[in-house]
Amino acid sequence: MAIIRTRMGDGHAVSLSPDELRRDLSDGSEQAARRAHIVPLDDADLDRLEELFSHPGRITGVEPGHEVVLTKDGCANTLYSGQMSSGVGVPLAREQGIRVMERAFGFDTMEVGHPDYSFKPAKMLLALEQLSMEQAQLDCVVPLFYGAMPNMGLYFRPDGPFDNPADLLPDGRVEEARSAQLEAAEQLRRDMLYMARGMNDAGADGIDFDTTASAGDAEFLATLQATEEIAATTGIAVEVGMATELVLGFHGELEYAGRRLAGMWPHQQLEVVQAAGAHVFGPAVTTDTGRSSPWNVARACTFVKACTEVAEIPVHANVGMGVGGVPTVEVQPNDVVTRAGVALVEVGGADGL
Amino acid sequence: MGGGDPAGMSLCHALASGMGGIRTAGDLVARMQLRKMRLPQAKRYVADRLGVGLLDLTDSTVMRELRAELDIGVVTGLPGAAKGIAAKARIAELLDVPIPCVGPQ
Repeated sequence: MAIIRTRMGDGHAVSLSPDELRRDLSDGSEQAARRAHIVPLDDADLDRLEELFSHPGRITGVEPGHEVVLTKDGCANTLYSGQMSSGVGVPLAREQGIRVMERAFGFDTMEVGHPDYSFKPAKMLLALEQLSMEQAQLDCVVPLFYGAMPNMGLYFRPDGPFDNPADLLPDGRVEEARSAQLEAAEQLRRDMLYMARGMNDAGADGIDFDTTASAGDAEFLATLQATEEIAATTGIAVEVGMATELVLGFHGELEYAGRRLAGMWPHQQLEVVQAAGAHVFGPAVTTDTGRSSPWNVARACTFVKACTEVAEIPVHANVGMGVGGVPTVEVQPNDVVTRAGVALVEVGGADGL
Repeated sequence: MGGGDPAGMSLCHALASGMGGIRTAGDLVARMQLRKMRLPQAKRYVADRLGVGLLDLTDSTVMRELRAELDIGVVTGLPGAAKGIAAKARIAELLDVPIPCVGPQ
């Protein structure tokens, strides 16, 4: 009997029989469908995934003509930064790194991003960030985003000025926790607009809100409000990439365009992101380290397909470490990374990664 | 895309699934996605503007020649070829889209 060598969600190798592979693919898809009340992958989709994981080659790729556009959060930062960002510590300036990603690695777009990659620390350095954007625009041909995370957690004590809901909620101080989140969300919205307007002045092609809603529904609301204003008042594109598949309800009662944000799944997130005027949506589906990669990839494809079947804007699926079926491990295994990307394009129907 | 070491993440996706950037027509299709066009629509638009087939958009041999002919930036270091803003000014005209750093059309 043929044995399929693949990975677990933590990156370690695992061997599956063809029956076990098919069962994991089916179970992963069914789990996503059950949780989000969406349609599971059909037999043709599962056949394609089975073929992909059974392929004996070390790496694989999409069929010619199925190639997609790449956008990259964190961008050239992975060339010069350290372990915390999976960076490889090459002594390159940020601008040099952007050129390497464009000219040596063949990226379709690139980003300028602060090493800390959050709006709160970056806003202090707007003038320097604008200079980097201007210089990169002089040199580069590909579209350039400015990228950063909303990362609302930085606005709470001890890192920021607002009471920390994680301290208030265990004490039952629910209303105070909700107020603190609304205050932080308003400051975050202002910071995102400040940076976006600055980048518009510097000639950026777009702004990438990466890992959106990492601190829950209030962070998502701030991002949607900022998106709406940027889309209405500037000429730059907005990409909204999410943190995970489910918007957590740390506040619980916030709405955008009459829709409750807490508990939204990717296809529902897409609808409000689209309504806010964004140009690209990036669904994220977190990898379960205790399950196999086929299980995780099938699950991710199910969520992403539910988006791409109804999307009016491009959908760029997140396929970085720990999302999109990619293992949660510091140094990425090429076999599963290529298969996850190909699966999200050819089965999930993604317009980009 | 997401985080990860460059050889394990960025390069994997670029080679397995990406359009190829300025080696091909990846940057041009990306510019149309920034106008909210989904992938098939964006590829068709760019192919029509370039006068090539859809498969040519990711054919590095075809696109290397065409990009040099149109002078919209090529991936190799070519003396005298348009670079940076100059290349993008030609791309804005070719695709009939505004590019913010080039200025309004």
